[in-house]
Amino acid sequence: MTSATAPTAPRGSGKAITDGLLVGWRNLKRVPRIPELFIFAILQSIMFVLLFAFVFGGAIPIPGGGDYKAFLMPGIFAQTIVFASATTAIGMTDDINKGIIDRFRSLPMARSAVLTGRTFSDVIYNAGILLVLMLTGFAIGWRVDTGFVSLVGGFALLLLFAYAMAWLGVWLGLHVPTVEVAQQVIFTVLFPITFVSNVFVPPQALPSWLQPVAEWNPTSTLTAALRELWGNPNPAASDSFAAQEPVLVTLIWVVAIIAIFGPLGVRRYRLMSR
Amino acid sequence: MLGPNGAGKTTAVRILATLLKPDAGRATVAGLDVVKQADKIRSLIGLSGQYAAVDENLTGRENLWLFGRLYQLSNEVARQRATELLDQFDLVDAADRVVKTYSGGMRRRLDLGSALIGRPRLLFLDEPTTGLDPRSRLGMWDVIRGLVREGVTLLLTTQYLEEADELADTIAVVDHGKIIARGTSDELKSQVGGERIEVVVHDRAALGQATELVALDAQGECAVDEHTRRLTVPATGGAQTLVQIVRDFDEAGIAIDDIALRRPTLDDVFLSLTGHAAEERQAEDERDRARARQVSGRSA
Repeated sequence: MTSATAPTAPRGSGKAITDGLLVGWRNLKRVPRIPELFIFAILQSIMFVLLFAFVFGGAIPIPGGGDYKAFLMPGIFAQTIVFASATTAIGMTDDINKGIIDRFRSLPMARSAVLTGRTFSDVIYNAGILLVLMLTGFAIGWRVDTGFVSLVGGFALLLLFAYAMAWLGVWLGLHVPTVEVAQQVIFTVLFPITFVSNVFVPPQALPSWLQPVAEWNPTSTLTAALRELWGNPNPAASDSFAAQEPVLVTLIWVVAIIAIFGPLGVRRYRLMSR
Repeated sequence: MLGPNGAGKTTAVRILATLLKPDAGRATVAGLDVVKQADKIRSLIGLSGQYAAVDENLTGRENLWLFGRLYQLSNEVARQRATELLDQFDLVDAADRVVKTYSGGMRRRLDLGSALIGRPRLLFLDEPTTGLDPRSRLGMWDVIRGLVREGVTLLLTTQYLEEADELADTIAVVDHGKIIARGTSDELKSQVGGERIEVVVHDRAALGQATELVALDAQGECAVDEHTRRLTVPATGGAQTLVQIVRDFDEAGIAIDDIALRRPTLDDVFLSLTGHAAEERQAEDERDRARARQVSGRSA
């Protein structure tokens, strides 16, 4: 190679990490440049908190007792992370349509960097949203009764789940033609996933045939895991494995989602050049 | 590479720039195979597309720095190149503004700058002036000419004969995925027949007399369109012939609705090379393109 400006950055796996970080940096620059995105993502979650805590909460009894707000907040965190996959998908579709992905693909950069950078930056972005939401939760009376280690453990579980949802978002974003379609597909799919769950109502309140679905739903296992870790009200409808070992089942979900949508997304990204 | 919409120009560039795998056949760039040695090719080339593929939410300087780093330049070199390019493309004042605030012409210049960040030996420009206003287009031409002077090898696609004429040493005319003619601008033009004069006569009754006069003045065969009352003749004598026609018509009392000296356009090249106009296939080709876009999952 005799190009006038000799490449000097690291090659191999160092290159993959450097390039992934560069793409991630570029994605995160959106936050200060379009602060409305971040603000409305938080407001949307806060709106759900207020709606359910103060409008419907009084009408929803918790089996075994407990404060509805304490019951609700872990579910809100989980719902926020599930919806976050929409942000990833929309970002991906937008980059494709604006030609940025073509620019990246014409550069001698690590091929993996676009997808690792995207998933990495979206986890950081979601961590920011979660922190603001947790402060909101504290303000309305949600508490973690099990100590600092459990608080961090639950947060780490949320971020792991966010990473899995980012891969789902990448896969979706690579399949839809426009941002508008991405939004429609996502909300058609994500609303049932977060509502047929234990997020807003105890699973006992659902029709019996829906209860197993709601219990094994990854949103529910994540919510139940957080409630268990943080000592928040966690009424289980049955003694199913999902209800008894929510942390373990959530981790299995995380691994399964990444194992399925990671390779599918990477494959789709490679096939883009076909 | 000169051709109408849907001729396959962008597809050819995308294959050569390693963005698209060819269905069949093989291509080499600088002696490297576009499929098997794609990575090596990427560190030799720069690509600038039809739309400006820069990040709207970054500043001009950040865009250049990012693409420089991803071109595997060191941090210092990327910074330095970004500053040089901002200067070269007259973007110094806007350097630290978010690209969202840039005009179309500024975005194009930044896009071209991004393609040049690693000092590529080979530059692909896919319709670099489509959609630009005339002044920005001339500015872009200056920049492109400067690059060629510096020794960059350039592959440019365009729909405008004029642009190919201005910028290219060799022109390949493309139609429906095939090169149908190749040569210098002069070679192609002589095939097309150079400039022509068009006259629209006011009164249909005067068409016969007008045709005789035009044929005499231009010393060539005059084509007549009875319906539009339009006469077309090769302008071998250039503007002088046009003046002569105006004088003779005036003397003979023939009223003129319109008269013009017309340079050959892409349409003329197509008409003379293929016998069909460039637009005839456009609708059909647009559909092909839309389909190709869907299959490849991105806009072409």
